[in-house]
Amino acid sequence: MPDAAIELVDVNKWYGTFHVLKDINLTVGSGEKVVICGPSGSGKSTVVRCINQLEKHQNGTIRIDGTELTDDPKSTAAIRSEVGMVFQQFNLFPHLTVLENLTLGPIKARGLSRKEAEERARHYLDRVHIPDQADKRPTQLSGGQQQRVAIARSLCMEPRVLLFDEPTSALDPEMISEVLDVMVELAQEGMTMVVVTHEMGFARKVADNMIFMDEGEIVEQGRPEHFFTNPGSARCRKFLSQILQH
Amino acid sequence: MKKTLIPLSLLLLVAGCSSSQTWGWYVVNPTTSTGWTNVKFLISGMGATIQISLIAAFLSIAIGLIVAFPALSEKRGWRLVNRVYVEFVRSIPLLPMLFWVFYGLPIVFQSMGMNIPIDPFWGAVITLAISDSAFTAEIYRAGIQSIAKGQSEAAQTVGLNSIQTMRYVILPQAIRRILPPLANQFIYIVKMSAFASVIGMQELTRRANELVVTEYRPLEIYTLLIFEYLILVLIISAGVRWLERRMGSDERG
Repeated sequence: MPDAAIELVDVNKWYGTFHVLKDINLTVGSGEKVVICGPSGSGKSTVVRCINQLEKHQNGTIRIDGTELTDDPKSTAAIRSEVGMVFQQFNLFPHLTVLENLTLGPIKARGLSRKEAEERARHYLDRVHIPDQADKRPTQLSGGQQQRVAIARSLCMEPRVLLFDEPTSALDPEMISEVLDVMVELAQEGMTMVVVTHEMGFARKVADNMIFMDEGEIVEQGRPEHFFTNPGSARCRKFLSQILQH
Repeated sequence: MKKTLIPLSLLLLVAGCSSSQTWGWYVVNPTTSTGWTNVKFLISGMGATIQISLIAAFLSIAIGLIVAFPALSEKRGWRLVNRVYVEFVRSIPLLPMLFWVFYGLPIVFQSMGMNIPIDPFWGAVITLAISDSAFTAEIYRAGIQSIAKGQSEAAQTVGLNSIQTMRYVILPQAIRRILPPLANQFIYIVKMSAFASVIGMQELTRRANELVVTEYRPLEIYTLLIFEYLILVLIISAGVRWLERRMGSDERG
């Protein structure tokens, strides 16, 4: 395996007395695609949110590119600009145009000139197949378009790793595939990705490693051909049968 | 504005011209020389009312912002500072606070070895500003907190620090929700500035009081006074509505 882009060692997290993450161990190699699935409340989103420190873990170690995440705000900011994130609810900035959404981070956090940032933004808008929407407001776009803008916004930071937190769950069915297509292309270009999703077709196509979580634990992990055909645990078998039924 | 004023004036005029002897509009009839002198005397308080209101509103907007920020802190101690200020200040009725500032505060200053006199103008301005700042602080806090958490999370994931997040993502969105209620607070200040009359400030209400004493025509004079405030407030309301329309169209645009 190539050197690890993300490494979680014995990570634990509590909300008050509720133990949301229990001894999570996970290694994501550079260029690797990991898909996390599991029932709601299983802690899968929390894992992703801990990786970019939107939430703090209480014990255990998280390393990004070999650098350990600490409470130091400077290291947190440095890590965050290496780790892109795509949210379920897109979270585009409604008061800015699409282009401004894409250039805000590169200009303010990366110190690019406006011209460089706009060139980069147009390049990535092209890559997510919406080159013509740069001057619109996010609210004028369809859900699928908004999510692709959100992906482009993350890409504009040229992150080492891209995290997806249920990126298609808030979309109308007919818009899911346009987002998944973009994600498949990214995967094929070698982006390191951690994706929380129930889109098992996508998972089969791109995942190097499948992870099933339940009640804050990683119950099962393995290569997709193995994972889908012969899961070891009863809980995972039951979950897969429920979501693959139709 | 015309739609409200014209029927009201007509109604009062009709009442005044009827056979009943209870109205005596001559005291403020601008076509007679004494009437015109009286009207000019009443209107001459307008400048002071506007000055007090504008300066108090400006100070309240600034103090409110300072008071609001601790409320957004993750530290409980800071949030407590905000809570104590807001709860304390907004529980004090305006009139007692005015007396305390005007008669009491100079004594406090004196005991600290400072000789800072407080005239009626600044007494009124300080009282109105502090009293109103508790409300403006709440308006800021509510406006900022109404912006969904996902916005600041998204800002963080594109590398912005907390100050940049506030400046480029949260405040530009919150300002649209903050400005209209803030402008409404201005109306409140204009009306409450009438209290300045009791510490001798020569503003609209004080002028009316003084004229009543010499002319003994309270009904007509106070009616005119109410119209003076009505006109002021209607002008501000029109401004608020203009502002809301502009903000609204920005959000859609």
